[in-house]
Amino acid sequence: MPGDVDRNAPTPDTATLLKRNPVQALTIAVVLAATAGAFAYVGGFVTPHRLGANHFVDAMQTAAGGPHAGFRRAHAKGICIAGSFVGAAPGRAISKAAVFGGAIVPVTGRFAEAAPDPFAKDSSEAVRSMALRLQPAGAPEWRMAINDTPGLHVSTPQAFYDNVVASTPDPATGKPDPAKMQAFLAQHPETVAFLARMKARKLASGFFDDTYNSVDGFLFVAPDGTKRLVRWSMEAEEPFATLTPAERDAKPANYMFDDLLARVRRGPVKWRLVATLAQPGDPNRAAEVWPADRPRVVMGELTIDHVESEATGNCQDVNFDPLALPPGIAPSDDPIPFARSAVYSVSFRRRSGEHKPPSAVANQSAGARS
Amino acid sequence: MSRPAHRFTLLSRLLHWTMAALVLAMLFIGIGMVSTVSPRYAGLVSVHKSIGILILVLVAIRLVNRLLNPPPPLPADLPRVQVIAATASHWLLYCLMFALPLVGWAMLSAAGSPIVVFGGLHLPPILPHDVAVFAVLRTAHTVLALLLFATFLAHLGAALFHALIRRDEVLPSMV
Repeated sequence: MPGDVDRNAPTPDTATLLKRNPVQALTIAVVLAATAGAFAYVGGFVTPHRLGANHFVDAMQTAAGGPHAGFRRAHAKGICIAGSFVGAAPGRAISKAAVFGGAIVPVTGRFAEAAPDPFAKDSSEAVRSMALRLQPAGAPEWRMAINDTPGLHVSTPQAFYDNVVASTPDPATGKPDPAKMQAFLAQHPETVAFLARMKARKLASGFFDDTYNSVDGFLFVAPDGTKRLVRWSMEAEEPFATLTPAERDAKPANYMFDDLLARVRRGPVKWRLVATLAQPGDPNRAAEVWPADRPRVVMGELTIDHVESEATGNCQDVNFDPLALPPGIAPSDDPIPFARSAVYSVSFRRRSGEHKPPSAVANQSAGARS
Repeated sequence: MSRPAHRFTLLSRLLHWTMAALVLAMLFIGIGMVSTVSPRYAGLVSVHKSIGILILVLVAIRLVNRLLNPPPPLPADLPRVQVIAATASHWLLYCLMFALPLVGWAMLSAAGSPIVVFGGLHLPPILPHDVAVFAVLRTAHTVLALLLFATFLAHLGAALFHALIRRDEVLPSMV
């Protein structure tokens, strides 16, 4: 007991004290080791198979044959865009987010192709994306990263990871092992169904006549607090056109970007933001589509009037985190956006510390803004 | 047990134990959130930012309190090396409790990310948007957090050494 200590006796040195109190010394060692061990456990250091965001980015880099320094680890080939968004009245009824208020909301963003190779030929890529940052004056911003695919190929982060691993080229052959992909597909009928939808769809001729989908489910929170599970789409107002594979192959390597620049030089391009409302029982799983008769609500209109190559200080330096949501829009129990947010954060961190070479489409711009 | 002759003031003790819980929680939330892709991720990140700002406010109050109410002296017979270690580690803890929230806030500012705390309060950026600065600060945040955890372990070990082995007045002065 502290009170029993004889204050007049000289205190022995620390080594002697530890020798005289072996049980106490052991207790201290155990407490410190347990605390450090718990910290290591929470950090995933003793469970290397628990999926962390670093594992995803590592796997994606390996599948891509190594990282492309300075570029996004996925959706690497892109171009910056700017314009505005104006919310529509029906949208205000189902989300109280300031972006739907009806005022002109400044927008910046990015069009990209999904491949991890920033110099891939446009004709080799079948997935395009639109990333947006809507910044209403005096209110929280909304970021999104949406794809032109009919849903996602998987519904869980683990399946996403397993798919990346199954697609990774075998070092011996330089090609993915077909047996691994077959084994993956055997366990993932939702991916088989997605691939069938992909095969059936017609690919838009460019970024400007393409429609982009939230893919994931989110909650819209109405002014009265009612929460609705929704998915949304940016539907092109531009007439849809498609190209045959032969026509695509005959086009220049960066035709998607060249054509976008040319289109915006002729004038602004518009999209309608449309929310699709889930009905009870609709699966909130990204690989599963909802029936076509679900109610649709027009949320507003997007105008893109400026396109510009990636450079320091523009969309290149933005993490289009799908969980950067304003009040009025919230994550749902779809697990994918949480994993995307965590993985984007790692990709953003890695490329931020690297020197980025010029993008495939460099020093180009179109549209009115400076 | 006799009452220690020198004791920290009630405010000092309250600040110490409140912040001890917050800092320890923060270290575990921080290491946990960067190693998961589960739906817990968003909630952990959100709580991490809020607790970070709370710690920044509390450590500022605590520094003023410490200057106004100096701590009781260390035991007179404590070896000189341990006196230096105690003094240095206490000031290191103060520095880190200031540095980690500030680096976190600055890092999100440099990333151009929205900084939302306490479920809806938007903090202004404290640095311009510059991802090269972000990259440096993001690494600094991890390194400083690991240093804080190591310093915390040393602090815990020392407290237990005073309580269980030296059986002096150090721990009673803080409870």
